[in-house]
Amino acid sequence: MSVDVAGSQQGAARILSGLLEARTGQTLSEGRAWRMETALRPVLRTHGLEDMEALAAKLLRKTDAALEKAVIEALLNNESSFFRDLQLFDMLQGQILPHLHETRPNRVLRIWSAGCSTGQEVYSLAIQLRNAWSRWNGWQIEILATDISGRAIEQAKAGVYSQMDVQRGLAIGDLIKWFEPHGDDWRASPELRRMIDFRQDNLFDAREPSGEYDLLLCRNVLLYFTPERRQAVLKLLGRHSHAGSVLLLGAGETVIGQGDDFIAHPGFRGSYARQAAVTAQRVAGSRRAG
Amino acid sequence: MKNCLVVDDSKVIRKVARHILESLDLSVSEAVDGQDALTQCEASAPDVVLLDWNMPVMSGMEFLQALSSAKMTARPKIIFCTTENGISHIKAAVDAGADEYVMKPFDRETLESKLSIVGII
Repeated sequence: MSVDVAGSQQGAARILSGLLEARTGQTLSEGRAWRMETALRPVLRTHGLEDMEALAAKLLRKTDAALEKAVIEALLNNESSFFRDLQLFDMLQGQILPHLHETRPNRVLRIWSAGCSTGQEVYSLAIQLRNAWSRWNGWQIEILATDISGRAIEQAKAGVYSQMDVQRGLAIGDLIKWFEPHGDDWRASPELRRMIDFRQDNLFDAREPSGEYDLLLCRNVLLYFTPERRQAVLKLLGRHSHAGSVLLLGAGETVIGQGDDFIAHPGFRGSYARQAAVTAQRVAGSRRAG
Repeated sequence: MKNCLVVDDSKVIRKVARHILESLDLSVSEAVDGQDALTQCEASAPDVVLLDWNMPVMSGMEFLQALSSAKMTARPKIIFCTTENGISHIKAAVDAGADEYVMKPFDRETLESKLSIVGII
């Protein structure tokens, strides 16, 4: 009997993770699969369902689109924090942003945060830009931030974060300067919120953002995808980058073995540039040397 | 190993903070109020002080003011750690020279983040 129960639980888990992959492209690692029931408990309660098996059975009947949406939202990992990976933000502030300031023509800076979750990372970037506003004043700065989770995008748009959220990574000076009390929470200032265009978007949708971006952040996103889908995302990012673009991935992510669109950036450790651009630079360099 | 002086009149808070800080590879000493902390700082300056606001004998703010005229080889980083979570208190602490501010309740991630921001870990 216990074997049957375990089998039926595994079957339900397979159905639920299959739904997540079909709708978002994300696969559930063993660690996240283990947390599946915890993540889905509020959904079970709201919809009056006894367990995951009942949930899976109802989803298979395909009669409740709202339930399907709620399940996907619950299974997406929206963990994020301000200035996550301080070293990377130090490099952004000290090297990458000054480099883009030097090299981008027409005083236009375009940034795309693909998989922005609840917004902390892209707000951190906006804070860095605002803290160096004398450098960027007069520039046209466009920041697009997209995520598949509608719930995450709504929070990001609102810019409201708990006391615990703002204490993780945000320096107290930046909290005072760029946030205001909002009940027991804190809200990003209108200046910060106005800088960012938050949109719900699926990286595998036919819809794509327009044009090329100078700085692309796709951090802690690829790790949820199969190798084929990682390559597809890097191709998408490649289509929206140019020879001088800089791509930033999560600390545990790489482009190695993920197609030939990007290569390690020659100037900024841990970041990436378009493969063709780096190759062209090397060829030009060797011609000059010759 | 860097040293953190935990200044709080609550034994429980000191114990919780010590547990977290030691797990972050810091050595920990404790003070029960601002005066105790000042005496310890003058004897041997810690790298960082985790400082409560409201304490008997000498408050956190009074400690901060006294610290500026204390005889010390190097000024420690000051992280306020308090239930005074209003923006006026935060601004007052920063104006008085606090390097960082932790609003209670706190957890390991919060302390780790603040210690990293002030360059201790």
